[in-house]
Amino acid sequence: MTREMTGAEMVIQALADQGVEHLFGYPGGAVLPIYDALFERNDVRHILVRHEQGAVHAAEGYARSTGKVGCVLVTSGPGATNAVTGLTDALCDSIPVVCITGQVPTHLIGNDAFQECDTVGITRPCTKYNYLVKTIEDLPRALHEAFHIARSGRPGPVVVDIPKDIQFAKGVYSMPEEIPHKGYRPKLKPDADKVKAAVALMTKAKRPLFYTGGGIINSGPAASKLLRELVQATGFPITSTLMGLGAYPASDPQWLGMLGMHGTWEANWAMHDCDLMINIGARFDDRITGRLDAFSPGSTKIHVDIDPSSINKNVKVDLPIIGDCTHVLEDMLRLWRETKAKPDKKTLDGWWKQIGNWRARKSLAYHNSKEIIKPQYAIERLYALTRDRDVYITTEVGQHQMWAAQFFKFEEPNRWMTSGGLGTMGYGLPASVGVQLAHPGSLVIDIAGEASVLMTMQEMSTAVQHRLPVKIFILNNQYMGMVRQWQELLHGGRYAESYTHSLPDFVKLAEAYHAVGIRCDKPGELDAAIIEMINVDKPVIFDCVVDQAENCFPMIPSGRAHNEMLVGDAAERLEDAITEEGKVMV
Amino acid sequence: MNTTASTTHYPAQTITQRTETHTLSVLVDNEPGVLARVIGLFSGRGYNIDSLTVSETEHQKHLSRITIVTTGTPMVIEQIINQLDRQVPIHRVVDMSTLSVPAIERELAMVKVRGKGENRVEALRLADAFRARVIDATTESFIFEITGASAKIEGFIALMMPLGVVEVSRTGIAAISRGPEGM
Ligand SMILES: Cc1ncc(C[n+]2csc(CCOP(=O)(O)OP(=O)(O)O)c2C)c(N)n1
Ligand SMILES: [Mg+2]
Repeated sequence: MTREMTGAEMVIQALADQGVEHLFGYPGGAVLPIYDALFERNDVRHILVRHEQGAVHAAEGYARSTGKVGCVLVTSGPGATNAVTGLTDALCDSIPVVCITGQVPTHLIGNDAFQECDTVGITRPCTKYNYLVKTIEDLPRALHEAFHIARSGRPGPVVVDIPKDIQFAKGVYSMPEEIPHKGYRPKLKPDADKVKAAVALMTKAKRPLFYTGGGIINSGPAASKLLRELVQATGFPITSTLMGLGAYPASDPQWLGMLGMHGTWEANWAMHDCDLMINIGARFDDRITGRLDAFSPGSTKIHVDIDPSSINKNVKVDLPIIGDCTHVLEDMLRLWRETKAKPDKKTLDGWWKQIGNWRARKSLAYHNSKEIIKPQYAIERLYALTRDRDVYITTEVGQHQMWAAQFFKFEEPNRWMTSGGLGTMGYGLPASVGVQLAHPGSLVIDIAGEASVLMTMQEMSTAVQHRLPVKIFILNNQYMGMVRQWQELLHGGRYAESYTHSLPDFVKLAEAYHAVGIRCDKPGELDAAIIEMINVDKPVIFDCVVDQAENCFPMIPSGRAHNEMLVGDAAERLEDAITEEGKVMV
Repeated sequence: MNTTASTTHYPAQTITQRTETHTLSVLVDNEPGVLARVIGLFSGRGYNIDSLTVSETEHQKHLSRITIVTTGTPMVIEQIINQLDRQVPIHRVVDMSTLSVPAIERELAMVKVRGKGENRVEALRLADAFRARVIDATTESFIFEITGASAKIEGFIALMMPLGVVEVSRTGIAAISRGPEGM
């Protein structure tokens, strides 16, 4: 379609042509023409947030739960700077987001005009790419390129900064036929000989381990499906990062649980002792590796990643494979099936037996209580009471996030939205708004901490306005629990500023937002309260009053190796861990 | 619970390697902000820039060529190349230091020398030996132009120093591969 229109109309037209149905935003002087254009049509629905950070997190939740690009519209100056945390979050977790920012008119740029900021300068290091569009002729291409760049290769946020005079200017709009940028062509298909070499290593492995990450989720549902087939065809154990949860079903016996700083005993020990590591779509983050020179010291390492800069960044690998997870998994699976030679069954059984012994340690065990709700118990109950439903989970950042990762079992990809790379408190509530919008009939729960959730609490208004019945399930321990835990373990129990003083009454707060508030502080009443929450067709704030002193285990203290993991005192003692269960082959 | 580990949030650096100096040729779209992008990448990730030159080299295609000399461990050099390569407006990155035949690297310097009498004669004699040209002259000064490998320029400046160097302007290194093939 080629037609004359204003820059502002082009923005909305380009969004519609890109299939955008929902736009998260907040108006202001420098984007008023775009809001005017939006007013004229109803194919793109605008969701008014209460803070621009919330707009980006909502777009992230939307994107992560659908695989589509999340879309944001904010004004110049403070609108753009408020969006920066969200953009950085999206960059760290490779979430596709297009953020359109208004800018002062071109003739005022550089003049310290009202609400001017150097948006492209500020967002350059926290976006995958950004544009300052200086002529109306460049606008259609910039908009469509932005979507292409955001979603292709390793996804990420893209900013398009549009001065107000360009929004008013008239020009000819057309949807470019060929979007790919001249210099930007991510490599999707792996080298055949590399995949062959990988499969050859897999057939000879004695103690193999799959280590998967968010790359599988980003690659799309096909990647998760292929991963399941490959893991099952090989019979190898599998662990994953925080970002990769759900790619492989947590109920499957080959699943070892999450690895890393708060990963399971068995996942971290398997990582430490494996002789072949097959990393698919994970990036050797420091929360995973612990002390680098003691990280999986004896293994041959295969690393599949779409981004060549992830290779050999932290950990030197033996066989890098550049490509999209789906393509690589497809090739691996085909070759594996064609290959006659398979790992020695006896050897593999021995490896599983060893893993059984580690599992018998029961590293996630905790002392339950009849008087006080243990946070782990709360998540276990939340999981048990929602497992047959169509449920999506978002989280804030802290202990509750780690307990959610440990105790909520994900069977499908795109069901788990959390801020991994940046660790942004305040992510979960707005993210749940985005998720609920994309999945109107589903149960969307933000597993929250009382400190985190206050950072973006204002988005309750957004949920109420747009009738999004999100459930904010707060594990209220009256502490910045994760901070308190570090202070307890590493700073002599000096709890400097980690007590969350003067908390609001969350039930009244919910009511003030015209939402529903529920409080529960007794284990015996928890199930009924959770069921009540599920059955309310409105946004709910659930104040789950939990044990203030509970710590999150296992834990690899920073700077330590995987085999120096700490476990809670409820776990089986090492000497007793080799039980009957451990001897059972899986 | 006995934790004597460091109280930092992060693991200590445990891998140390020798550092090397590499010259990288980077072909980029000549668009606003591209240089800021490259420099921001270096400062943001803590990489070194020993020398940097930029100029548009293909006007029709709006392509510029950046030559960067950097120092780092082999792992860091590999990272730098990959981090540059993934930037949207960067077309190609070539490590000129790992070509099968070493690339040619040149630099241009202009050196202003102030002096009278015997020093002037000596300066001209040195310039002649280094094939430096006189591009400006007054009764009490010369400006010499010299091109060559950085070591030659360093040598020239060092020898000129006692003769009254008052100002030096250098372009930084430009590099090109030998033989018939283009970048
Ligand atoms: C925006 C931001 N500021 C500070 C931090 C550091 N931080 C990490 S966890 C945490 C405490 C979170 O407390 P809460 O939300 O109550 O969760 P809990 O650990 O108690 O479950 C803090 C302050 C952060 N991750 N993000
Ligand atoms: Mg808390």
